[in-house]
Amino acid sequence: MQDLGISVLFRGKNLIRLLGGLGVTLELSAVSIVLSVILGLLLGVVMTLKSRVVRAVCRVYLEIIRIVPQLVLLFLCYFGLARAFGIQLSGEAAAVIVFTFWGAGEMGDLVRGALTSIPRHQIESGAALGLTKGQIYRYILIPQTLRRLIPQSINLATRMIKTTSLVMLIGVIEVLKVGQQIIDASRYDTPSAAIWIYAVIFFLYFFICWPISLLAGRLEKKWQA
Amino acid sequence: MDWNFVQKFAPMYVTAAGLTLRIAAIGILLSMAVGMLCCIVQSFRVPVLRRIAAVYIQLARNTPLLVQLFFLYFGLPKIGIKLDAEHCAVIGLTFLGGAYMAEALRSGLEAVEPSQREAGMCIGLTGLQNLRYVILPQALATAIPAVCANVIFLIKETSVFSAVALADLMYVAKDLIGMYYKTDEALMMLVAAYLVLLLPISLAFTWIERRLRHAGFGDQRSV
Repeated sequence: MQDLGISVLFRGKNLIRLLGGLGVTLELSAVSIVLSVILGLLLGVVMTLKSRVVRAVCRVYLEIIRIVPQLVLLFLCYFGLARAFGIQLSGEAAAVIVFTFWGAGEMGDLVRGALTSIPRHQIESGAALGLTKGQIYRYILIPQTLRRLIPQSINLATRMIKTTSLVMLIGVIEVLKVGQQIIDASRYDTPSAAIWIYAVIFFLYFFICWPISLLAGRLEKKWQA
Repeated sequence: MDWNFVQKFAPMYVTAAGLTLRIAAIGILLSMAVGMLCCIVQSFRVPVLRRIAAVYIQLARNTPLLVQLFFLYFGLPKIGIKLDAEHCAVIGLTFLGGAYMAEALRSGLEAVEPSQREAGMCIGLTGLQNLRYVILPQALATAIPAVCANVIFLIKETSVFSAVALADLMYVAKDLIGMYYKTDEALMMLVAAYLVLLLPISLAFTWIERRLRHAGFGDQRSV
């Protein structure tokens, strides 16, 4: 039998390096997700405002993040800013900026959707029962909004984790890049390393994102009734 | 901004946009086919196949396209399966898109209350009539916005194919930056190309979604 490429993984510090790369991936995702959630919550409330100007600006913003691929945004931020304004960002900083720009918009839209999905008669019923405005928010609007919002934002989080794989293309050393380095380093002694390493990375991503999406599905089903 | 440069290299973007669109179109059509297949297998509860579909959907939805693509393009040749970049791109896009389409279609079918189907049977509709007049119109009204969002998502995802040296829009931009160091112009044209491609599609989908909204039941005026 030919040498098994998977052995590359256990040679030297390869496994540790790969997991270190995964750490970078998760760190970038975590920072971007937290920033996106905070900005997205604010943005979502702003989006429900009646002002025409605010609406138009939000519409353009959403349309941009809906249309321009994340990879293009990364290139704009990493290469474009450096060239046009002389702003030298590290790959990591560019990644966090882009993913936050994108994530905050998506999150804002989810918040807006959740807020506007609550029928008006619920607020009116609350008022008819003599609840104060604060009580209406506390007991009627916020619980229902959160029930809709939490599963959707968990899904957004998995999308952001998956999208961080793109940052290797602007030179951030994350799990995929480390994988490539390991493959290149063992090109002569283990030529079949590529399939194993990429399969391992595939399942690393899977076992991170899968439980999260399962949780989102669970919560969605539980709160639907 | 060097307009001569823009003028000179704009045709390269047009060619590349053609490739992007072609790959996206083939990938999306195949995704729809795979998605429908999975949806049928799951809603008719076909044994074994239904499990396979479920596993496939979870695998495809929870991994990044770039990793799937590297596996296809750099990994598979090591066990003797050699695919060129274009085939890899179409297979990768279909693998990813099929799962998203399956979920979109399934959510549409699940949104139709069982009472609707039962009511249809009660007034004497045949199975096919029930599907045609009761179930599908409602299911599609829910599924189409999700399908439209997936189409845009998949066209955008094609930008990662530049990583396996497929000469799409992203690749042309990278190439021009590398060769002429005209970063501003190359990136501007890149963004413009995506806007020209996707803005009409996005606006058309928004319009379609608005037209379809009539099919909802029990909608109430909201905040």
